[in-house]
Amino acid sequence: MTSTKISLIAKVLLFIIAALFVGSIFVPMWQIELNAPQYPEGLVLKLHADKIGGDVEIINGLNHYIGMATLHTENFIEFKILPYVFAAFGLVSLLLIFIAKRKAVLVFFLSYVVFVALAGIDFYRWNYEYGHNLDPNAAIRVPGMAYQPPLIGYKQLLNFGAYSIPDTGGWMLAAAGLLLFAIVFKEYNLFKKKN
Amino acid sequence: MKNKFLKAVFAIALGSALLTSCKPKSSGDAVSGDAAQKAYVAPGKYDEFYNFVSGGFSGQLSVYGLPSGRLFRVIPVFSVDPEKGWGYSEETKPMLNTAQGFVPWDDLHHTEMSQTNGEIDGRWVFGNANNTPRIARIDLKTFKTAEIIELPNSGGNHSSPFITENTEYVVAGTRFSVPGDYSNGDVPINTYKENFKGHISFVKVGKEGEMDLAFQIVTPGVNFDLSHAGKGKSHGWFFFSCYNTEQANTLLEVNASQKDKDFIMAVNWKKAEEYIKAGKGKKQSVKYAHNTWDEKTHTAKSEIKTEVLVLDSAELKDICYMIPCPKSPHGCDVDPSGEFIVGSGKLAALIPVFSFDKMQSAIASKQFEGDYGGIPVIKYEAALHGEVQKPGLGPLHTEFDGKGSAYTTMFVSSEVVKWDIKTLKVLDRVPTYYSVGHLMIPGGDSKKPFGKYMVAYNKITKDRYLPTGPELAQSAQIFDISGDKMKLILDFPTIGEPHYAQAAPADLIRNNGQLKFYKIADNNHPYATKGEKESKVVREGNKVHVYMTSIRSHFAPDNIEGIKLGDEVYFHVTNLEQDWDVPHGFAIKGADNGELLIMPGETTTLKWVPKKVGMYPMYCTDFCSALHQEMSGYVRVSPAGSNVPISYSVGTNLPATK
Repeated sequence: MTSTKISLIAKVLLFIIAALFVGSIFVPMWQIELNAPQYPEGLVLKLHADKIGGDVEIINGLNHYIGMATLHTENFIEFKILPYVFAAFGLVSLLLIFIAKRKAVLVFFLSYVVFVALAGIDFYRWNYEYGHNLDPNAAIRVPGMAYQPPLIGYKQLLNFGAYSIPDTGGWMLAAAGLLLFAIVFKEYNLFKKKN
Repeated sequence: MKNKFLKAVFAIALGSALLTSCKPKSSGDAVSGDAAQKAYVAPGKYDEFYNFVSGGFSGQLSVYGLPSGRLFRVIPVFSVDPEKGWGYSEETKPMLNTAQGFVPWDDLHHTEMSQTNGEIDGRWVFGNANNTPRIARIDLKTFKTAEIIELPNSGGNHSSPFITENTEYVVAGTRFSVPGDYSNGDVPINTYKENFKGHISFVKVGKEGEMDLAFQIVTPGVNFDLSHAGKGKSHGWFFFSCYNTEQANTLLEVNASQKDKDFIMAVNWKKAEEYIKAGKGKKQSVKYAHNTWDEKTHTAKSEIKTEVLVLDSAELKDICYMIPCPKSPHGCDVDPSGEFIVGSGKLAALIPVFSFDKMQSAIASKQFEGDYGGIPVIKYEAALHGEVQKPGLGPLHTEFDGKGSAYTTMFVSSEVVKWDIKTLKVLDRVPTYYSVGHLMIPGGDSKKPFGKYMVAYNKITKDRYLPTGPELAQSAQIFDISGDKMKLILDFPTIGEPHYAQAAPADLIRNNGQLKFYKIADNNHPYATKGEKESKVVREGNKVHVYMTSIRSHFAPDNIEGIKLGDEVYFHVTNLEQDWDVPHGFAIKGADNGELLIMPGETTTLKWVPKKVGMYPMYCTDFCSALHQEMSGYVRVSPAGSNVPISYSVGTNLPATK
């Protein structure tokens, strides 16, 4: 016996998901930690939904040695759009409580997956752009060397070790995705073996 | 015959072996086996204590770690320091201004850290200038001299800068009595008794540390030597040792050593405050400088003040009392309870310990043996708790461990003697190498000593280190005093001449809100250049102002032309960096002053008067980055009357084509 209406628990989860989406706007989403012998305390870039934070001034100061362009929030259209996107995701999650159709949740989940994939590609593209598009007159030129930070994980870039991982907001977004997935799973009875 | 000869040889050998074994043990024996372990602070680890050591005739304050003895910083205070631009940059020059004009050197003898409720609080450390009397306040968030106040009517500010238990006052006393600045000083020297006066100064310390000369007390002419505030029950009193009560004005080593007893002067400063409220103070016209550093403009200001309130100790009977103290007392130290006052007669064979309670009842029952220049003299026995017998030779200074023991340095017998405050029995003694002056236990003159280490500061080192010609370093020696016996664990040379020192637990200072760099947005220096685009060169008559920035790894501008002989050039260099430990330096060929060391976010000015036509390189002196060697530029100097216009640039003055 299957129902296309979602359960009460799914509604509660959707409410939590909405809160996670909205909450992620106010905390850093992603961080790139940089460590070097001269920076035992480490430098960190904090990517928020709406800005670049952390030690961005110091990193910009260092980038000129290798000819990397400086980072400025206003150069990225993403930081203008993302807060609205996450707010919209929150709103959709709330609406889904009232729509209460499992198919609607599935559609939302799939679109979120597509969004995450696109965001990942976008992030990679920017990393590639900044890592490769170097000033040919820079003081330090290492033939064949690019300074693209890893999409996720660790990479050594000259004297800096770069460690790219989700921050609070990123984990909130991941949790929202997992919870959506759980609802889909539950509501489509994928837990049970079909007889 | 042969046998007798052998016997004789044997007897002589045995005899001389016995004789040599009677010789005192050499210094090598004084170090115990685990000394290295106790003084070892592994690379990258922090010391337990900050040690603020007076630099003596260097005029500066050195900062060491304990127990490692590592030198962290030398803070310029009273002497110019071309390395840091102190007294050379336009901004710092006013800090060394006095009523005598700019004074580039002094002699810093004593340090005292600020206290709250009698405990070290880690806000400031004070230092005295012995030559041209002054007190400095060093801010422990920036490790920078923040304020200097001059003391009128004084010569040789030695009994300073000791403080009251809530840092209400920091005091000063004249070591060399002189005619007051408000009277005629042009008198024969041999009219000392008639015309020379002592003045002790009470400098009020405000909430932000700001110093204000509240009042002075005039006394008969003597030499005030050291002092310490009462604490706990004796809070409200201050004790000053004095010598030369003979009032000699020549050959003091003989003429000021005649009397069996000189004095410790007890000052009831709460009473003095009452008299001031009652209008008993006399305003005297004097001249003294008050110099303050502004963290926002990165600039010092010097103000000449013209008035001081003076109370007369002979007229106002119950402010000052003299306690007889044997043989030219030097150290004057108060135990953590505030009950015992230790006077160290430097020529005495004993150490007298006075009781605050007994002194109070002696005053109440008027047990006086006369007066000295109008100041009541309390009977010696009436104020005496007891005497430490045969402590050693030449007692100078005493510190306390908070566990009932006192530690006194013996200059002549070159040792530190530990004794029990209550029973006055000697408990232990250790040699020092050599001729120890001051000693210091962290918090050892406060209500709360940290009785783990004791440091002796020695005047003579002779054979202790590799020889360096006629002039040798002075030294500090750290003893572990956690057990019953004092154990030498480390011995290290110091800068200048170490006199008194203070120490505080490392966490108290490092967690006090240490400044890492100046925020460029808060920089209110009138010549600050807050971005490369604002950099410029402005001519105002023969004065040329260069608004310059430094950031890794270039100056802006770095090519300057149009300077002419006869010009005064002011390089106002702003360090644009906003990160910890990225200072830049600035130097230019032929500058007859110093360099600049500019901290991140700071603006500092070097005045430069070129003396010859030609090309002058300038460069960054502090290895700032991988391209530090490239951080340089040129200034072209043309003859007076030349028509080369002012021009300046960075990165655009490309090679000329023919």
